[in-house]
Amino acid sequence: MDQLISVLDSTIRVAMPLILAALAGLFSERSGVVDISLEGKMLTAAFASAAAAYVTQNPWIGLMAGMMASIMLAMLHAFVSVTYNGNQMISGMAVNTIASGITPVLGLAWFQQGGNSPQLPDEGRFHEVVLPFAEQLADVPVIGQLYSRLLSGHSVLVYMTIVIIPVVTWFVYKSRFGLRLRAVGENPHAADTAGVSVARVRYIALFWNGALCGMAGTFLSVYQTGAFIKEMTAGKGFLALAALIFGKWRPVPAVIGCLLFAFADAIQIRLEGVALPGVGIIPSQFIAVIPYVLTVLLLAGFVGRSVAPKSIGIPFVKSR
Amino acid sequence: MPRWAQLTVLPALNLMAALLVTALVTWMIGEDPLECLQILVHGAVGYSEGIGYTLFYTTSFVFTGLAVATAFHAGMFNIGAEGQAYIGGLGVTLVVLALDHALPAPLMVPLAVLASIVFGAAWAFIPGWLQARRGSHIVVTTMMFNFIASSLMLYLIGHLLIEPGSQNPTTREFGASSWVASMQSMLAAVGVEIPSTPLNASFLIALVALVLFYVVIWHTRWGFQLRTVGVNDKAARYAGINVTLVILLAMSVSGGLSGLAAVNELLGSTHRLNVAFTNGIGFVGIAVALMGRNHPVGIFLSALLFGALTQGGLDLSFEKPVITREMIIFIQGLIILFCGALENLFEPFIAPLFKRRK
Repeated sequence: MDQLISVLDSTIRVAMPLILAALAGLFSERSGVVDISLEGKMLTAAFASAAAAYVTQNPWIGLMAGMMASIMLAMLHAFVSVTYNGNQMISGMAVNTIASGITPVLGLAWFQQGGNSPQLPDEGRFHEVVLPFAEQLADVPVIGQLYSRLLSGHSVLVYMTIVIIPVVTWFVYKSRFGLRLRAVGENPHAADTAGVSVARVRYIALFWNGALCGMAGTFLSVYQTGAFIKEMTAGKGFLALAALIFGKWRPVPAVIGCLLFAFADAIQIRLEGVALPGVGIIPSQFIAVIPYVLTVLLLAGFVGRSVAPKSIGIPFVKSR
Repeated sequence: MPRWAQLTVLPALNLMAALLVTALVTWMIGEDPLECLQILVHGAVGYSEGIGYTLFYTTSFVFTGLAVATAFHAGMFNIGAEGQAYIGGLGVTLVVLALDHALPAPLMVPLAVLASIVFGAAWAFIPGWLQARRGSHIVVTTMMFNFIASSLMLYLIGHLLIEPGSQNPTTREFGASSWVASMQSMLAAVGVEIPSTPLNASFLIALVALVLFYVVIWHTRWGFQLRTVGVNDKAARYAGINVTLVILLAMSVSGGLSGLAAVNELLGSTHRLNVAFTNGIGFVGIAVALMGRNHPVGIFLSALLFGALTQGGLDLSFEKPVITREMIIFIQGLIILFCGALENLFEPFIAPLFKRRK
């Protein structure tokens, strides 16, 4: 029980940035713009937020800075993909490469710590929030443990993410904008005929995409590690994209995909250095590779084939 | 707008734009962009050793650039050249470690080169198969294969291939029979003296590969099929082309070309397998292919540019501690942006200039 709760606890922690990034990808891809640049936007946001939080000693200003940096990159991606009708794959790759180049360059120039940011002081980080009655309930069997150890004691960003999931689901499926978003992703010409501005919808989608990626990046640096570390996203953006594809471009299944990755990760940490019966100690490299192999298996459709939004990756050129 | 202008003026303007943004960032971090440019150019082409290193880096970038371009012509975005080159290095190492005491150089080197191609091709074949048969997203799978290759190699080098008794995660030095002849010794044989640099005979292989690439892509039946699939795979299927086979072969060729970069690095320069010897050459290949517009002449020129940037950038980072090699990654990103995603950005401004002359 104790073991299980601690595995689930770290599952939640690891899953949240993935979920935010996957939802970010959902906005973009549902509008018909491929986004392989989740990784780069997260990385840039992680750097910008850590830098701002360190200078101002305020995690909220860090969050703002992270979101702004990420939104700027999303707007660049929007300019290339929507206004310019450029290749969205290449644009995404450019954002990733620019992010992994610029963050250590600025980091070194500003902080002289080999491209990383200094460790954030306590005031500059998001803290764990203890939910009401968590301590009083801690001794109640099962429910008390679940409440006080699993639900309570996370960063405010975790609770924000938990709220964001239903909000995004509602937004995509029930709101006016959501209807337009999906229409533009499936058949931009029909949407255009109906008087919807395809470009406008895609720009707005990418704005939210940037905002959510910014939160995801901030989560990594200002909460999880308490500092920016070079290349700290290490493929998380691609994992989020894989979860999105696994979830067939729907929010709740995508969230489940993220939880799956995070669960694999949480188990991986516990397997490190532990001798398994009949196998012995599994080398850490084999454990570290689990999420990537899992992604490949998921994408290979061994869990069912997913159909992408129809107009994904195709620039919209207004018919005359 | 005439084609020659499209292939020269536009890329040049895009390159200028990328360098301008770089200059801006250089200025922002408190350095003088012009002075940095001077150091960079001098480091890359200002003295003969610098030129040797520039051409050595160029060699690797030609291979990975051609690799990315091959996949591109077939309509796929292979961002896994990094991992394919890494695994190509594994092939080289396994063959050399097993046989370098038994075989003479004329057998050893071709065998090692073959191993690099086969291993690189095999590593690219899997994502290719997943794309052709299972509809996986090639970009994400090749990226995942980079991570998997990196973990796999860390394990193999750290546990199995490491030199016994050594603390560093590298293999033993390869036997001299496996070394690819250095350019210095080759030119010395015909009486030309150049300083000692890692530049080696792989450079000549790269030139051959460029020519072969041109012939195969534009003057063979298979090259035609490849480009047809790249333009429209449904039409290709309708025309009776075996699309699956073309994709599988294209990815294998792409991976094999990436693998050759390992020959340049391992047999030509370090003579042992190091952790992370690829050091981003696969990613540079993406920028090289995009800037070279997937044409061998363009690829050679942009590989040369990136070779110069890498070598000059290293000199620059010695002189200016605040500018690290990540600056080159940043420039690479800008070049991908301007030359790849925004390739015709300046056309509306430039095209009228050509019209007026008529």
